[in-house]
Amino acid sequence: MQRYSLFSLARNALTSHRNWQAAWRSPPLRDHYDVIIIGAGGHGLATAYYLAKNHGITNVAVLERGWLGGGNIARNTVTIRANYLRDESLPFFVKSVQLYEGLGRDLNYNIMFSQRSMIDVVQTYPKMRDLKRRMLAMDIYGSTYEPISVAELRRRIPSLTGGGPDSRLPIIGGMVHPNAGVARHDAIAWGLARGADDYGVEMHQNTPVEKLLRRSDGSIAGVATPRGDVFADRVAVVVSGHTTTLTETIGLRLPLRTYNLSAFVSEPVQPFIDVVVNCPDSGFYLSQSDKGELVIGGATDPQQSFRRGIKESVFEETVSGMLELFPSFKRLKLLRQWGGSLDFAHDASPIVSKCDVPGLYLSCGWWGGFKAVPAGGLTLAHLIATDQPHPLIESFSLDRFNRLDYVIESGLTSTR
Amino acid sequence: MLIITCPWCGARDESEFICGGPEKPPRPENASDLSDGDWIDYLIVSPNPTGWLAEKWWHANGCGRWFTLERHTVTHEVRPFSGDDVSGEAVSGEGKHASHP
Repeated sequence: MQRYSLFSLARNALTSHRNWQAAWRSPPLRDHYDVIIIGAGGHGLATAYYLAKNHGITNVAVLERGWLGGGNIARNTVTIRANYLRDESLPFFVKSVQLYEGLGRDLNYNIMFSQRSMIDVVQTYPKMRDLKRRMLAMDIYGSTYEPISVAELRRRIPSLTGGGPDSRLPIIGGMVHPNAGVARHDAIAWGLARGADDYGVEMHQNTPVEKLLRRSDGSIAGVATPRGDVFADRVAVVVSGHTTTLTETIGLRLPLRTYNLSAFVSEPVQPFIDVVVNCPDSGFYLSQSDKGELVIGGATDPQQSFRRGIKESVFEETVSGMLELFPSFKRLKLLRQWGGSLDFAHDASPIVSKCDVPGLYLSCGWWGGFKAVPAGGLTLAHLIATDQPHPLIESFSLDRFNRLDYVIESGLTSTR
Repeated sequence: MLIITCPWCGARDESEFICGGPEKPPRPENASDLSDGDWIDYLIVSPNPTGWLAEKWWHANGCGRWFTLERHTVTHEVRPFSGDDVSGEAVSGEGKHASHP
């Protein structure tokens, strides 16, 4: 692999940048691999990378329906945080933030990780109680939440001029989560793909999986694609919203429902917000990208949907909530909007698990899965390699539903 | 914004309604005879098609009526519910809970 550094940049500048290698190969598709990973999104690529790096399994194909980095890894709002509550999920997300801290160096790829803190703007007492409770739980696992006053909140976010004492929901305080930050979504996908490729993993774009194939004994045999059947003893489904679409091809029923989560960006403006701002009571969150655009997200659509778009009523609700707290944003033009399909498990917590089909592994139910990319990949790779769950995801197995042993987590954006 | 036809009030704006989620099969009458797997399947597994989905809607800011309609999960097109069979199986020819296009 061609290493990236200041020297390689200077050297290639002398030759007018004509000698850069492709970041990953495009080998022909073979008909047999040790492991097939369906979906070259953040989780799929991280799984391939850690399978090769930590377990030495390199005869791996990552099959992608569209182009690499074109799925939900490009459709999120790039927030990385670990302000969760439950013993099941906190250590997982703390680990994920730690992995993000070292990921750029690990991959020799600038993922533009900016640990800039997230500030919650709190407008109701129940939310304040919830966050203070989370603060105590997070203390146990080495993640940090710090309460701040309204005055300090307004000092750190000067454009936050709404929510005064006479407003419908006056701001009553704030919480700072210094572990939180943002990273460049494309760079995560490209860096992981380049890292996995270096170990010999193959990425195949424009290779949609049409159905899963089973052997007569019930175990997984491989997948069917328009480019031909591809066989492997171990197949991982890492396709976010379309998990059930694939598993239903072999009659596997899962407690998942697919929803559309949308986001939008404003025109680029001068830097003026240097933290991730989360306003759970008003139902939106935002951060400013390096280009100067405000990246704004809100709630999901209220009904199941596979349409990757924005729903007008959700958009209006998000914008009206935002303008109550940031009235000056009225003058911002909005440039682009998009949506992504997420699958929502019955208890709203992720599923990283084996299932009734031997050799088939699932990673689904991610709700805000961008922050979970490194730890999700690390733990799924461990599961595929050893057939045993990694300690961090033991609670996220599919059979928790058989015991009605739900992981009810309040750290999700969907819980408001 | 969807235009939804309430069986009592007629065509109204979506903002008057609250979606009650997908129509599920009827509650098994012999629940105590079911295996744990079948019972849990009934409790937690909902239809999730990329296509037509039978859905319960509540005219919350209107007449208060609950009714079932069909909505396409990709196009968001809405049409009247085509039957009373909610077993999750396809009915007569065209799949009610739809296949995967």
